Amino acid sequence: MTDQRHHFRQPLQRSPFHPRIEAANVLNAWAPWAGYTTALNFGDVAMEHSAIRSTASVYDVSPMIKYAIEGPDAVAYLDRLTLRRVAGMPVGGVQYTAWCNDAGHVLDDGTLFRFDETRFRLCCQERHLPWLLDSAIGFDVTIRDVTEEVAGLSLQGPTSFAVLKAAGAAELADLKPFRMAEVRLGPVGPVTVSRTGFTADLGYELWVAPERALDLWDHLMISGRLHGIRPVGTEALNIARIEAGFITANADFVCAEHALRPDRARQPDEIGLDWMVDLDKGPFNGRAAIRAARRDRTLKWALVGLDIEGNISAEGSIVYLGGRKEVGQITAAVWSPTTKRNIALAQLLRPWHRDAGDKLRVEIYALRELQYHKLMLPARVVKRPFFNPPRRRATPPAMF
Amino acid sequence: MPTPSFDTIIIGAGLNGLACAGRLAQGGAKVLVLEAADQPGGGALTAEFAPGYRVDRLAHLVTHLDGRMLSALKPEAHGLNWAVKSMPTTVLSAEGRHLTLTGAYGASAPGLDPREARRWADLRARLLRHAEVLRPLREITPPLPGKGGAKGNVVALGKAGLALRRLGREEMQEFLRMILINVHDVTEESLTDDRLRGLLAFDATLGAFLGPRSPNSLFLLWHRLSGDAGHIRWPSGGMGALAAAVTRAVEATGAEIRCKARVERLLTDGDRITGVRLEGGEEITVSRVISTINPRTTLLDLLGAREIDTGLVRRVSNIRMRGTTAKLHLALREAPEFLGADLRHRLVIAPSSEAVELAFNAVKYGEFSAEPVMEIMSPSAHEAGFAPEGHHVLSIVAQYVPFVRRGGWDAGARDGLKAAIMARLEAHAPGIGALVTASELLATPDIADRHGLVGGSWHQGDLAVEQMLFMRPAIGIARYATPVPGLWLAGAGSHPGGGISGAAGWNAANEILGAA
Amino acid sequence: MKDTAASTVPGPSSRTWDAVVVGAGHNGLVAASYLARSGLDVLVVEKNEWIGGAAVSRELHPGVTYSNCSYVFSLFRPEIMRDLDLPAHGLQVLPYESGAVFKRDGGYVAMYRDHEATRREFARHSPRDAESYDRYSRDIMRYCRFIRPLLMRTPPDPASFKLRDMSEMAYLARHFLALGSEDAAEMVRFWTMSISDFLDEYFENEAIKSYLAVSSIIGTALGPMSPGTAYVLLHHYMGDVDGNIGAWGYARGGMGAVTKALASSFLAAGGTIRENAPVARIKVREGRAEGVVLEDGEEIRARRVISSMDVKRTFLGCMDPSDVPAPFLEKVRNFKSRGSSGKLNIALDGVPEFTALPEGSPCIQGDLHFTDTLERMERAYDEWKIGRWSSDPFQDTMIPTLTDPTMAPPGQHFMSCFVQYCPPRLEGGREWTENDRDAFGKAVLDQIEDYAPGFKNRVLHVEVRTPRELEAEVGLTDGNIFQGELTFDQLLFNRPVPGYAQYRGPVDELWMCGSSTHPGGGVMGAPGRNAAAEILRGMKAGTTKKTEMRDAYPVI
Repeated sequence: MTDQRHHFRQPLQRSPFHPRIEAANVLNAWAPWAGYTTALNFGDVAMEHSAIRSTASVYDVSPMIKYAIEGPDAVAYLDRLTLRRVAGMPVGGVQYTAWCNDAGHVLDDGTLFRFDETRFRLCCQERHLPWLLDSAIGFDVTIRDVTEEVAGLSLQGPTSFAVLKAAGAAELADLKPFRMAEVRLGPVGPVTVSRTGFTADLGYELWVAPERALDLWDHLMISGRLHGIRPVGTEALNIARIEAGFITANADFVCAEHALRPDRARQPDEIGLDWMVDLDKGPFNGRAAIRAARRDRTLKWALVGLDIEGNISAEGSIVYLGGRKEVGQITAAVWSPTTKRNIALAQLLRPWHRDAGDKLRVEIYALRELQYHKLMLPARVVKRPFFNPPRRRATPPAMF
Repeated sequence: MPTPSFDTIIIGAGLNGLACAGRLAQGGAKVLVLEAADQPGGGALTAEFAPGYRVDRLAHLVTHLDGRMLSALKPEAHGLNWAVKSMPTTVLSAEGRHLTLTGAYGASAPGLDPREARRWADLRARLLRHAEVLRPLREITPPLPGKGGAKGNVVALGKAGLALRRLGREEMQEFLRMILINVHDVTEESLTDDRLRGLLAFDATLGAFLGPRSPNSLFLLWHRLSGDAGHIRWPSGGMGALAAAVTRAVEATGAEIRCKARVERLLTDGDRITGVRLEGGEEITVSRVISTINPRTTLLDLLGAREIDTGLVRRVSNIRMRGTTAKLHLALREAPEFLGADLRHRLVIAPSSEAVELAFNAVKYGEFSAEPVMEIMSPSAHEAGFAPEGHHVLSIVAQYVPFVRRGGWDAGARDGLKAAIMARLEAHAPGIGALVTASELLATPDIADRHGLVGGSWHQGDLAVEQMLFMRPAIGIARYATPVPGLWLAGAGSHPGGGISGAAGWNAANEILGAA
Repeated sequence: MKDTAASTVPGPSSRTWDAVVVGAGHNGLVAASYLARSGLDVLVVEKNEWIGGAAVSRELHPGVTYSNCSYVFSLFRPEIMRDLDLPAHGLQVLPYESGAVFKRDGGYVAMYRDHEATRREFARHSPRDAESYDRYSRDIMRYCRFIRPLLMRTPPDPASFKLRDMSEMAYLARHFLALGSEDAAEMVRFWTMSISDFLDEYFENEAIKSYLAVSSIIGTALGPMSPGTAYVLLHHYMGDVDGNIGAWGYARGGMGAVTKALASSFLAAGGTIRENAPVARIKVREGRAEGVVLEDGEEIRARRVISSMDVKRTFLGCMDPSDVPAPFLEKVRNFKSRGSSGKLNIALDGVPEFTALPEGSPCIQGDLHFTDTLERMERAYDEWKIGRWSSDPFQDTMIPTLTDPTMAPPGQHFMSCFVQYCPPRLEGGREWTENDRDAFGKAVLDQIEDYAPGFKNRVLHVEVRTPRELEAEVGLTDGNIFQGELTFDQLLFNRPVPGYAQYRGPVDELWMCGSSTHPGGGVMGAPGRNAAAEILRGMKAGTTKKTEMRDAYPVI
C-alpha cells in the first residue's frame, strides 16, 4: 500500500514480522499497541510464559516508538532531557531512563542506546516528538522518528544465549547486561543486539532493518528449535514483566502530557523511579520541581510491590488500610507462576508504602459463575523484583 | 578593570532598569546597571535624525509614568520639567472638521454636538471609573489564580475588589460585561461621532496586534487610562531629557550605570546565577541579575534554553511579539498646516473606527495598511532645540506595519510605506510633502534591529489580555522571579507592561526586597 | 406543511393558562415540557405553520427532507433527553464519520473516527502535528470538563449580595481554584486567545490548523484571528454523543426529529401547541405579564409568559416600550446578534464525486470544508465586516443521507452547506435582494463544483438562506444562529444582559428561555431547562406534580 492516503482502510500498521506472527497466531488474538496490530497470545499463555522462564521466547517489539537523537550536542541534550546522567554512558551502552516535564511529572520511561559519541536512540511506549523537538531548542541536535526504520525482536529466556550461539553469535558470550553489540547472523546480515529486556531473565533484544526482519525471525526459529524457542504474545510478557516488577506507561502511570486529570501525573519518586534522579548533573527538566517536592515533602504517592494472600489475582482493586481507609490502587496484578505468589504493583498514598505494617487489605471482586465473591485479603509491601534469578546477570551466560 | 563589589546587576538602563536600580539602591543594594547603548534611557530617547533636527526616536508622549518612582526618586529635583502636563488631542479631519479633546482624556470636547457631548461624558466617566479599578493592580506583583496566589498582595487585591464593589451594582455589572469586549462595539453602542469613535479605536489598539473589532480591545484602553487618568505629558527637552533626569536621580541613590556594556551571556554554576559576561569578554561576578530587556532574549539567548525546562522554553517561545508600529520623522522647512489644527496638540488621523479596522486587516497578512492610521507629535511646536529656527519636526507613530512583511522589507517596501503615510498626511495637511527637507523612516523591523525590540514589539511582548497579569510575560514567570535562583525579570515584558513607565522595574524591586 | 404530531386544538379563549410559551423551537419545547410535567397547564404558540424553530426539518423537494437550519447534533444535554424521555418519543442520534478539508493543490486533510487513522493522516502533512494533536485534544478536553458542569446551572449575579448569588459565586470560585494555579492560568489564557494563536502553539501545518479552527468560527461574527474564538471552539466541543465528548452526530430524520420528539413528549404530558399563532405583543398589566396578543388580535391569558424568542425580538419587537424599564431596553438594544452565516440546502440525485478523495474514503460521510488556510478564513471574515458575503466562503458541508436512510429516497441525497460569512445587511446597510441571494448561492455552488466537477448537474433543488431568510422564517434577529453572539460580554452572567441572566425578565412573570440566555445556542436545550428550573423554583404555591429534572451528570 504505497498510497499514504489509504491508511483508513487499515488504520493499524503491521510490523515487519507480521507475516510470521499472523501464521503463528492460531486464535487470531490481536490487539492494537502503539498503532500496530500485535498478538495478545499465540494460543496458550501459560506455555508462552513458561517459555520465557524455561527456554526461549520471541516477542515483537517493533511497535516501540524509536527516536534517533544525533548531533554534537546529543549528550548535553539528553542530560537536559532525562533524569539520569548521560555524559558518563559508554558507547555501546544502554540505559533505562525516564523524562519529566517542568513539574517533575514523568512523561515516559524508556531505553536509551548509545551508538557512538554523538548518536543515540531512545525507545519508548508513547509518542513524544513535539516534546523532544521543543527540548532541542538551543542544542545542536537532530531528532527523528525511526520507528518504521527499525524492526525489533525480543529474545528472552534461559536458553536465549544458546539460541544466539546456535545462530552464529557466540561472541555475545561477553556481552554484559545493558550493553549492545553488532553481530552478523548468517543469512540475516548485521544485527544490533542489546542485552536488555522486560522479563528480569536472561534475554536480548535484536534490532534490524525491516527488510531483514523475516530473515531474522526464520533464522532464530531454526537456530532455536533445539532450545525450545516459541513466539509469545503480550499477555505472557505481561506476567513476566510483573514478576520482574517493571512498570509500564498507561498501566502503572499516566504520561503527564496525556493525563486529562491533572492529579494523575506522578513524579519519579511516586512511581519508584527515585533512584534515577541525578540532582547533581546540572539542569534537567523537572529538577527544580523534584527538588522542591522532596524538600517540602509534597510527594503524595509511592509505587510498591505487594504480596497478597490467597491466589486470586487482584487486578484493578482498591487497597485499604485496616479495612476502611482507602490508601491506594492496584495497577497490575497476577498470580505468579514462577514465584507461586499472588503479586501486584500498587500505588499507595504516602506514608503507607512504608508504615502500613500488616494492615493493608486488598478488596477483590472475583467473578465466579455469574456471581461476585468479595474478598478482603491481607497484603504486605515487598521488594521488587518479585523474581530476580542470578542467570539474568551471569556473564558469560549459562547455556540454559 | 577591577570589579567593584556589586550585589546586583541590572541589564538595561531603560525606565524600568532605572526605576528598579533606584528602588533597590534606596533599599540598600549595591547596584550596577549595564546598558548596551551609549546612553541610558532605552525607549526614552531623543536623537538627531538630520542635521539640526531632533525627535523622540521611539516613545514620544508620556501617559503612565510611575508615580511611586516620581515621588521616591524625585527626578524633578534632577532637572525634569514638564513642557506639557496635559496635552490636548485633535482628531484630524480631511475636511478641516477637527475634533479637539482637552483635559484628562477629553474632559472637554467642545466640537461635539450637545447630545454627543453628553454621551461622551457618560462613556468617558465610565471608562475612567473602570480604569480606576485596575489601577491598584499596576503596582503589585501579579497575583496567581489558585491557593496562596495573592501572597503579599492581599491589600492591593482587596483595594481592587473594593473598588469594583464601590462601583455599585450597575457599574460593576457593566465592568464585568465590558472587560473583554471590543472597543468598536462600545463606541457603536455609545457614540455616533466618527471622529471620536476613530480616536477611541485608535487609542485602544495603539501598539497592539488588534483591531477595534477584536474582542479584548477595550481592556487596552482601560490599561492606558489606568496610568495618568488620561493625561498626556511631554517633558521639556523630550524623552531624552526625561531619561537623563531619571538617570541622575538614580545615580544619586548610589547605583552605578555603565553604558556601552552589552551583556552577552548570563553565567550560572548549573544551579544559580553567578554573574554576567560582557561583549568583549569581561566577566562580572554577582549573585543577582535583573534583566529589563526582552524576556525571550534574556532566557533563551543570554541564559540559554538548556538552563531552563522545556515547558518554560515553550511558553517563552510562544510569547507573541508582533510589532505593528512604524515611526516616521519629518524635517520641515516651515510649520505644516493641518487645516487649522493646533500643532501643539497630539494629532490623530483615524477617521473612523471602521477605518482603523480596515487598516488592521493588512497586518494580519503581513502587509502594511494602504491607509495607515497615525499619531503625530511636534516637539518643535513646543520648544526650541528640536529644529532650526522657523523649521519644524514631526514625530509620527503609524500603524499597522508588520514586522515580517510578505515579500520582505526591501527598499521598495520602505518607500511604499513612506508614501502611504505621506499620502495620509498630504490629505490632512495639503502641501506638507513639499515642506519636507529630510526624513527618517523606522519600519517595524528597523525598530527591532536598532533597539533590540524583538519582533518590533515596543512592549517586549504584545499588550493583549492573554499576555497580561499572571500571564505576562508567560505563565510561571509572571512574578518577576525566574526558575533560576538569582535571575529576575523586570522589563516591559513583565507586568504591567511597557510605555514610559518604570512600573515593572519598581514592582520587581519591591518583590526582590520582599524576597530578600 | 403539517407533518407534526402536534395537536392544534385551540383552548377556549376564556381560559387562563398557567404558562404560555412563545415559540416552538427546541428551547421553548424543553421549558414547556418540564412545566407540563410539573402539572402546569401549558400552551406553546408558534408563528409558523410548522414547529421546530431552528431545529426543523421540512420537505422542500418531493421526498427529500432537509435540516433547514441546524444540521448536526451534539450539544443537546443528555440529562434532558432522559428527563423528557425523548428516545421513547422518537429521538435517535447517529454518530457520523470523519471529515476532510480540501486543499487547493488537490490534496486534503482528513479526520477519522479512528485515532490511529487520524494520526497517520496528520503525519502525511506533518509528523510533528500528528503527535501534537494528542496534547491538543487533551488540553481542549480539560477545558470542556471545566465548562460542562456550568451548563445546567443558573449563573449568579456577581454584583448581588443575595445569599444564593454569593454562594453560586463561591461555587464558581471553588470550581476554578480547584484547577490549581498553573492550569487555571492556562485556562484564562485559552479563553482570551484567538484560535489562530492557540493553534500556532501546537501545529505547523496550515490545512490542519484550518480544519481544527472550524469549530471556533461557526456561527460567530469573528474571524479565527479574533481573540475569544478559542472559547467558541470549546462551545462546539463540550457536547458529546453517548459520552464521547466532542463528537457530533445526526438526529435520525433530520434536526426536526429533535423538536418532533420534544413536541410528542410535551403533548404526552398534557401540553398544547398552536401553530400559525404569531404573537404580536406580550401583554403586561401593572408590571406583570398576563398573556399574549396574537397578530389576529386574539388574546391569550396566562399566569406567566415564557419567551423562547431572542431577547431583541422579545423586548424590542413584541412589547410595548412603556412596559419595560428603559435602562433594560437600552441594554437589549446593545445586545449583539449580528448574523454571520448563510445556508444552502440542496437536494441531489447522486453523491458528488470529490476528485481529491480516494475511492471508498469514509470522509464523504462527514463534514467537508474547502478553506485550507486560516488566512482564507480570516479574509472571508474581512468581507463580512464591510457588509459583503465572502467571495471565497468558508463551508461546513455534509451529506446526512449517507448516514441516515430516512431523509431521501435511495439514490437521492440531502446536502447541507453551512456558509460563512454572510452579513445581515449589505454594504451601506442595504437590505438583501433576490439577486444578491442568488449571487451568494452561486458563489457557494461554484466553490463545491471546483472540488467536485459535475456536482451542479446533480442538483435537484436548492434552498438558499441568508440571515434575511433566517430572520423572516425562524425569527432570529439579524439571522444570528445563537440568538446572540458568543463573546464574553454576552456569556454566563452577562447573557443576555447583566443583571438578567437568571431567566427572569424585567417584568414579573415574564421569563426568557431561548438561546439568548445562558449557556447559549447550538441546540443544547439547556436554556429551556434552566428557565423551567427557575420558574418552578419561584412558584410559591408549588406544583401539583414533581417532574424529573436532573442536575448535570458529574464529570469524573
